[in-house]
Amino acid sequence: MARWPKPPEGSWTEHYPELGTAPISYEDSISPESFELEREAIFKRAWLNVGRVEQLPRKGSYFTREIEVAKTSLILVRGTDDVVRAFHNICRHRGNKLVWNDFPREETSGTCRQFTCKYHGWRYDLQGRLNFVQQEGEFFDLDKDATGLAPVHCEVWSGFVFVNLAPEPEQTLTEFLGPMITDLDGYPFDKMTERWQYRSQVGANWKLFMDAFQEFYHAPVLHSNQTPDAFSAAAAQAGFEAPHYRLEGPHRLVSTSGIVAWELAPDMRKPMEDITRSGLFGPWDKPDLGVEKMPVGLNPAGCDPWGLDSFQLWPNFTILIWSSGWYLTYQYWPTSYNSHTFEGNLYFVPSRTPRERVAREMAAVTFKEYALQDGNTLEATQTMLESRAVTHFHLNDQEILCRHLHKVTADWIADYQAENEKGTTR
Amino acid sequence: MTAVLPPAFADLEPYAATWCLATETERYARRQASTMPQLQEFYDACFPRLEEAIAHCDAFPLDDLPDDALALLHLVYSLVMVAMSVEIFQQVKATDAADAELERIEEPVP
Repeated sequence: MARWPKPPEGSWTEHYPELGTAPISYEDSISPESFELEREAIFKRAWLNVGRVEQLPRKGSYFTREIEVAKTSLILVRGTDDVVRAFHNICRHRGNKLVWNDFPREETSGTCRQFTCKYHGWRYDLQGRLNFVQQEGEFFDLDKDATGLAPVHCEVWSGFVFVNLAPEPEQTLTEFLGPMITDLDGYPFDKMTERWQYRSQVGANWKLFMDAFQEFYHAPVLHSNQTPDAFSAAAAQAGFEAPHYRLEGPHRLVSTSGIVAWELAPDMRKPMEDITRSGLFGPWDKPDLGVEKMPVGLNPAGCDPWGLDSFQLWPNFTILIWSSGWYLTYQYWPTSYNSHTFEGNLYFVPSRTPRERVAREMAAVTFKEYALQDGNTLEATQTMLESRAVTHFHLNDQEILCRHLHKVTADWIADYQAENEKGTTR
Repeated sequence: MTAVLPPAFADLEPYAATWCLATETERYARRQASTMPQLQEFYDACFPRLEEAIAHCDAFPLDDLPDDALALLHLVYSLVMVAMSVEIFQQVKATDAADAELERIEEPVP
């Protein structure tokens, strides 16, 4: 018996008939050819989140981003006019990487007045204009005004900085995000500036890790040993059902109902949770977010108690908002068909006291323990998928978002290939 | 030896050298390099004083903790780290996660 009403079609999956209900293939996660197509069809055409505006607090603040899947490095910088811009991290002179510290492959950040190339000293201002050439008179027909840094399309939504590597993006960022995402406008992301950042090299295709975090069917099983026995037994008995799923364009969301941790029987809680008043779901004492009315896009099913909303932004970005007043982001940066760099960020309103800081530390440490289990499982999945001993796999209704991700991947690749064919026959 | 912790927590001083670590990277590495009996002993000695330790730190502003309270806060963080192994896993590493790594590359101070 379903605990939550399903759409009239009988299931969430059938509510979106284009998905089908057949077993699916993960060939897109084990094939080097698919990965090469994804570079062009997805990562050079979609808007990609590269960070937040708080990482660029003042004029001259910058950070670099290695986008290996698109074979480039970017500079994100706040100009003297306060505009956030993105440039390819390459000097116009001889192609040296412009901004890096001791290790050219490592990302860096800081504040500066201009960018100076380490090689021959060409200098660019914060708007990307070339403003100094060493021994300029030695050059031939060098038009400095036409030799600025190569720009990358860059737009900001709700403090999230996005870039698009296409010569001309097909959509603005707002069009790309669509109302399901932009209905989060007004959520106080800008107040949640206390950040815990994690990074991991994962030996699995990026989509497999997205799959791991976009279904909670696994939670009572894989994570059963993260909770006291009494809680785990109850969770396994109940299984998992989400009250709400939604797909819109290439993006998707799952919303869950909540558990009131401190109302659980004491043997369902960890002793450390009782003292720190915190755990996986965050600090129990919700901070004052100073927002009269939450945006309409939040808690779309009107759950009470509400748990979280996990917004999966195509292609590789997740914003997960907890009812307890904090949020997580995940980014999955492919490095090969069977590896990627995972980044997880936890954002809270700044702690006012040591006790509040301890509660956040408890949440961050718990997050890591769960993520370690998820990561370890993935590498085991990748290696067995690559055996191709089995080629098609069942997905249940609680795994609708996994089904959608792989379909959108196939659609974007097909669309790219169709465009290319048109281009060559023209 | 000079005391690191506030005088009221002198009984926890034997654990200070090992567990007063400023970063998660150090605390996680120390946990992974420890044995279960070592973690259990640290937990058994410190957990009963945890509430008191947090309250002690909480008497100061977060950005202006005296050195001994800061050391105590770092000890509390270590106890949070170790509690996962002691209260739940009954082993040092997260269950079914022996190979996985997740590095904390930025965190608030303290």
